[in-house]
Amino acid sequence: MTSILPLELRGVGFAVNGNELLADIDLRFEAVDRTMIVGPNGAGKSLLLRIAHGLLSPTAGEVQWHGPRASDPSALGTQAMVFERPVLLRRSAQANVEYALRCVGCDREVVTEKARAALAQTGLLSVAERHAFVLSSGERQRLALARAWALEPEVLFLDEPTSALDPSATRVVEEIIEAIANAGTRVIMITHDLAQAKRLGDEVVFMNRGRVLERAPVDRFFDAPTSQEAAAFIKGELLW
Amino acid sequence: MESLLQAFVTAFRLLTSFDADLVEIVLLSLRVSLMAVFLAALVGLPLGGWLAIARFPGRRIVIATLNAMMGLPPVVVGLIVYLLLSRAGPLGWLGWLFTPTAMVVAQFLLIMPLVAALSRQALEDLFEEYDALFRSLRVGTLGVVQTLLYEGRHRLLTTLLAGYGRAIAEVGAVIIVGGNIAHVTRVMTTAIALETSKGDLPLALGLGIVLLFISLLLNALAALGQTRASETVTP
Repeated sequence: MTSILPLELRGVGFAVNGNELLADIDLRFEAVDRTMIVGPNGAGKSLLLRIAHGLLSPTAGEVQWHGPRASDPSALGTQAMVFERPVLLRRSAQANVEYALRCVGCDREVVTEKARAALAQTGLLSVAERHAFVLSSGERQRLALARAWALEPEVLFLDEPTSALDPSATRVVEEIIEAIANAGTRVIMITHDLAQAKRLGDEVVFMNRGRVLERAPVDRFFDAPTSQEAAAFIKGELLW
Repeated sequence: MESLLQAFVTAFRLLTSFDADLVEIVLLSLRVSLMAVFLAALVGLPLGGWLAIARFPGRRIVIATLNAMMGLPPVVVGLIVYLLLSRAGPLGWLGWLFTPTAMVVAQFLLIMPLVAALSRQALEDLFEEYDALFRSLRVGTLGVVQTLLYEGRHRLLTTLLAGYGRAIAEVGAVIIVGGNIAHVTRVMTTAIALETSKGDLPLALGLGIVLLFISLLLNALAALGQTRASETVTP
């Protein structure tokens, strides 16, 4: 399968009214590895993810997809995003997944089939007909994951998908993310939970105050962080 | 006092016996306003949806104007439609003046801004909620408007009921462009106005009761729609 990866952010910055929220971001994401983006609140992690996904345009620098499929107009649905608070439509769980499939131009005959497959993979088949808004928080986030997964994205961006969930719901969501990654999707995820970063990640991107300070394989990052800020962050100290 | 009581009794007799004149008037009222609200929905909902998501210079002015037009005085709208449709007017050749069609046009002009303004408000809230999702799924403008109209269906139904309520209760515009001609353009409000001034209170009262009942029913439905809508707001 041809790919849209690698993704490259070159000199990316984002400023609002002269306030630099992101600056000098140079990152290249190849087709392998699971990336965990960590850092204190206000580090610009969500902003970075939104820019990478194309929800926002950077005010400096550029975002480029270098893969052979990147310029293919039919490359819809090659990337997906799951938000901290799941954004669901006012319809049944299954209809939510079907909506996304239709948006990316999925063939009508297979929409239902694919949606049900995604619901089955996330353990939501029993609530497929229920209105999305009566689902529990955990189920809602799983539904958001099912919707993203149904698109069979090459890259999945996740913005703190478990921050509002209890431990058991978190575990289920982690298992799903694991399964999505194992099925060949490139995962780029923000997390506040360092243990989660260790569990799910291959590498860590550490951000502070709108800049990337460190990028390292998970083990090395936690054992021997090179920057002072990262060391302090891992110890749970406040960063100023 | 005696005659007032007498009027009530006669009014009830008219209602319970489905008096032909009364039924005709009620049905025409319902028909004209239904058509007006249908057309207002056809134009107002997509317009509201588009205004909810479009960003262009002067957008705030357009929205402010639309909001202000929710309170258009019916008689002025009636007068304008009259001028347009009168023989000497630019649309005189249509021959619509003093027909139910003219009344539909007047009521459409009255409630279309209301439908557009209220739906714009409702859909803009929804748009803020779903903007990131739409961008993530790369949904086009038309798809966004379609989705918003569907997601906001309960609130929009309430909006349409409000429009229908305004249309059917309004007298100033339809009396000018319809002329209150018996069996042709006589609707509940114009009949009540005429019969009251003639002193024929029973028919006026009977129609008044029907109108009141319809208004209450519409408001009850709107309230119900509102509850449905609030049940499905952000979890």
